[in-house]
Parts: sequence; C-alpha cells; structure tokens
Amino acid sequence: MSRTPRMKAFARPATALVTVLLLSACATTQDVATRSDGINDPYETQNRKVHGFNKGLDKNIVRPVSQAYGVVPVEIRNTVNNFSDNLSMPGVAVNSLLQGDLRGTGLATLRFVMNTTIGLGGLFDAASELNIPEHQTDFGETLTVWGSGEGAYIELPVFGPSTQRDTVGLVVDFFTNPLTYNTIDGDARVVPPTAAAASVLNDREKFSDTIDSVLYESADSYSQSRSIYLQNRRFELGQGQGTDIDPFATDPYEDPYAQ
Amino acid sequence: MPSNLTRRDFFLSSAAAALLAATPAAALTEAGARQLVDQVVADIDRVISSGQSDAAILREFERLFVRYADVNIMAQYALGADGRSASSSQKRAFNDAFTSYIARKYGKQFRDFIGGRVEVQSARQIKAGYEINTLAYLRGDGPFEVTFHVSDRSGSRKFFNIYIEGVNLLLTERSEIGSMLDRRGGDINAMIADLKGAG
Repeated sequence: MSRTPRMKAFARPATALVTVLLLSACATTQDVATRSDGINDPYETQNRKVHGFNKGLDKNIVRPVSQAYGVVPVEIRNTVNNFSDNLSMPGVAVNSLLQGDLRGTGLATLRFVMNTTIGLGGLFDAASELNIPEHQTDFGETLTVWGSGEGAYIELPVFGPSTQRDTVGLVVDFFTNPLTYNTIDGDARVVPPTAAAASVLNDREKFSDTIDSVLYESADSYSQSRSIYLQNRRFELGQGQGTDIDPFATDPYEDPYAQ
Repeated sequence: MPSNLTRRDFFLSSAAAALLAATPAAALTEAGARQLVDQVVADIDRVISSGQSDAAILREFERLFVRYADVNIMAQYALGADGRSASSSQKRAFNDAFTSYIARKYGKQFRDFIGGRVEVQSARQIKAGYEINTLAYLRGDGPFEVTFHVSDRSGSRKFFNIYIEGVNLLLTERSEIGSMLDRRGGDINAMIADLKGAG
C-alpha cells in the first residue's frame, strides 16, 4: 500500500513525458508560420474566446485583487517573491542541465543553497546581495535547445499567451519540478502555488500601467498581447535575431511618396 | 592673467567653431550614436530630478521624445502598406497625430526610470546606422535590456526604434495602427481621429 503514492509520483512524469513527445511532434509539423509577419495562429478564433475569458478574469478578479495586494508593504511583497523564486531554482537547475548549460546549473544551485540557508529559507535574496547573477529558464527553453519548433500560438485560460511548445514546457515543469504542489506531501503542498500566485499578483501590480495599456487601451488587445508575447519570448530564447527593422529601406527622405 | 583668459576664450571659441563645422558633415559614428543615447538618458534624469509636477514632467518627456526620435520615419513605418492609398494631406495629418500619440504613450514610460539608471553596454553597426545596447536598472528590479537603433538619415542623429526586452516599438505600433484601421473598416480619417485620443 505504501508504494502506491510512489508509483503515482513516477507515473505522472511518465505520462507527462509521453504528452511531451506527442505534442512536440505536433509542434514541429505545425511550425510553418502561416502568415508573412512570422505569426503562426491557426487557432485564432478559439484563442480569441479564451482571450475574452482571460480579460474578464483580469478585470474582475486579478486586477482588483492585485491592487488590494499592492497595499501590503513592498518589503513583504518582495519577500514573498523571493520565496517563490527560490522554490523555482531546483527546476531551473534541472532544465539548465538538460540544456547542457553548466553555468546556469551552477548558478541556480548556488542561489538555491545560499538563499535557503543564509537567506532564511528563501525569504531573502542573499545571493543577489553577493552579486550572484539571476538565472531563469524552463522546459520550453529546453525543448527549444533540443530543436523543437515553436508551434502554433495558443492563449491558455488563466496562464495567458503561450505557444504549443511552451504549453508542453509548462505542463512538464509543473509535474517535474521537485518543489511544486505535486511533489510535496501534507498541508505544506499548498505553499508553493500560493506563493506563486502572490508573486503573479505582485507583478500585475508592479507593471500595472503597461499591462492596462495593452489589455484595455489598445485597439485589439488580442493581437497586441500576441505580438508582444512572441517578440519577448523569442528574445528570451535567443531567437530574436533577424528582427532588425530597416524602415529606411525605401529611403523616405529622397521620395516620401514612392510606391 | 588677462592674456591667459583671452587665450582660453580663443581656444574655446575655435573649438566650438570646429565642432559646429564638423557636425553636419560627419557621418554617424559609433561614438556619435552612443553619445545620443547618453544624451537621452541624461535629459530624462534631468527632467526627473527637476522636481516639477507630474503633468509638467510628462510634457517634458513628450518633448524629449520628439527631439531625439525620428518620428517621421516611425509614422511612415507604422502606417505601412495602408499608407499607399492615403492622400498626402492624410499622411501629414497621420504624421502629426502619430507623433503626439507615441510621445504620450512612450514618454509616460520614461517615468519608470525614476530612481533607476541606464548603462550603455555595447554597440554594433546595422544597415541604417548603429544599435546601442543598454541595461536599465529600474527601482530595485533585475536589469532590463533596452536597445536603441540610431540613424542620421533624417539629417540629424536620432533613434528610430527601441527594443525593450526584445519587444520593439515599430513592429508593435504597426500592428496597433493596423488594428485601429480594421476597427474603422479601413477609414484612415476615422483612425486618425481615434489616434488623437489614444495613448
């Protein structure tokens, strides 16, 4: 009987792995950008519905709650963010290793050890005080390093903009992170997701002006968030090269009304 | 003593004359592009520390944006292919509306620089001029990569695109202007009217 939870713990990553293989195969076959602007969005109709739902969620719950959370002193909010960031470090170390990024593995491990000990369980970011650079990565990046294509653009309920590849990454990270809801027993299992949610609220409040301008002030918040997400994600993954725009290509100062 | 002063004055004025003479003729150099970014950052700092009211600071930011950004080429790129069907008076009206729209929208973002600093990291040559990579350290946050594309094709040294963590102004605004046009069924005049109230 005592073996059952263990079996479960193994079965989950195994299921996740199968899902990855299936989905990443799917991602590669659909990797051809269907439009001239480098955006591959065959599920736009569906995505727009999800976007409407997410916007309602933000307007009615996330935004007001984040404003309420903003009343909490910034020192306390930063402490919660530090704690949540620290919990993600083992996963970052594993993904760095899977990417063959030994420096990243070292940084994430060092940060986790230091912040868990002298940072009092991750409440303080002692590593940054000692100038140890931050390092972030996820399974979506690991898939990229392994050669998986981006796949189609997908807007996920609650989680927001993503791609097929990053959706797979999100699922795998959830089930394989040594420190998530899934892998901790007892009452303490609610701690990591709670800290993560608080951390999201903090970011929602901190970047409130920018997020509000995209969601509520732009002419088409769906296509703006899609464009911004893809530009930023490709940049993070080191695939932003070749995005140089040369608006002078048709020299406007010679003949502004050419063409 | 008096002769010293005279000599210094002479030195200064001839240096100024040489500078004035050199500026229009010289092509854009990497040093020149870096200097522009340094100037932008210094001016933002100056406005922030001036102790003016929020509204006055925003107006100053808009002015800085117009001074240092090549807003004409930005407007032309943002209008994109739709600009081909526009009349020249529509193009002028769009240029004006777009200029104050991006100055409002992005000038506002300069507020985030309060209490922060920007460090120039590296530069590289691009087709139209130079790319200047900077790191912006804002209010205790991990640094953001902010990149300026600088050119002198307008006749003076100006930036024509900004990338913030990979998200660039030209592409983002072309998509936004496209959406505004779609919403108005392609009516350029209606879009221009909307633009005046946007940002």
